[in-house]
Amino acid sequence: MATKKFMFLNRKAPYGTVYALESLEVVLIGAAFEQDVSLAFIGDGVYQIAKNQNTDGIGMKNFSPTYKALGDYEVTKLYVEKESLEARGLTLDDLMDLTWEDEDDDYAEKPSIRLVSAAELAAVFDEQDVVLSF
Amino acid sequence: MSTLHTVNKSPFERDSLSSCIRLAVKGSAILLIEDGVFGAMAGTDHSDMVQAAMKDASVYVLGPDLAARGMSEDRVIDGIQIIDYSGFVNLTAECNNVQSWL
Repeated sequence: MATKKFMFLNRKAPYGTVYALESLEVVLIGAAFEQDVSLAFIGDGVYQIAKNQNTDGIGMKNFSPTYKALGDYEVTKLYVEKESLEARGLTLDDLMDLTWEDEDDDYAEKPSIRLVSAAELAAVFDEQDVVLSF
Repeated sequence: MSTLHTVNKSPFERDSLSSCIRLAVKGSAILLIEDGVFGAMAGTDHSDMVQAAMKDASVYVLGPDLAARGMSEDRVIDGIQIIDYSGFVNLTAECNNVQSWL
């Protein structure tokens, strides 16, 4: 099967709607079919990968730890739009520490999150075969 | 107290919060819940609007919804009261009316 470049565009905050969780499930399916999968977080989507999520008080499953497993599925490109973070008073320090192990580099841990400007992200979108929006 | 306004949408995604602030009379209570809690955070593009609204309205935020989203209570705008579910019940009981901005 030919490999295509899939981009999953995440624009919604977690928990208030089901989009974030649904996106994550489709990402894992895409990765299982060994496609070239990237994720982009823009707008309220940046809240999906915020640190210290604790859903004990709202009776919903905290699915944020799943993002930490993406590296094991060779999903290693998580683009975060800088402008969206800034509008929300957030920095990279407010996001989870998401990494992947590079087997071609003695399993060195490398960061999965790539902080990009809108212009840089536009260029990444332009390279994709398929963009799925959530 | 007059009316309790609840807002459950992010101010970045919908105009629920700005509409609520524009149309709430002086002395109202505004409670931010679910994705509405992002409106309670300091240092965002909407913080100034919320701070201005606090001159006329009491603003509250639901703590469990903040925690679920990883939003630190330390970074909530000064003067916004963080309440739990029983606080939500008390507010509802104290107010004459509840208006939900969906």
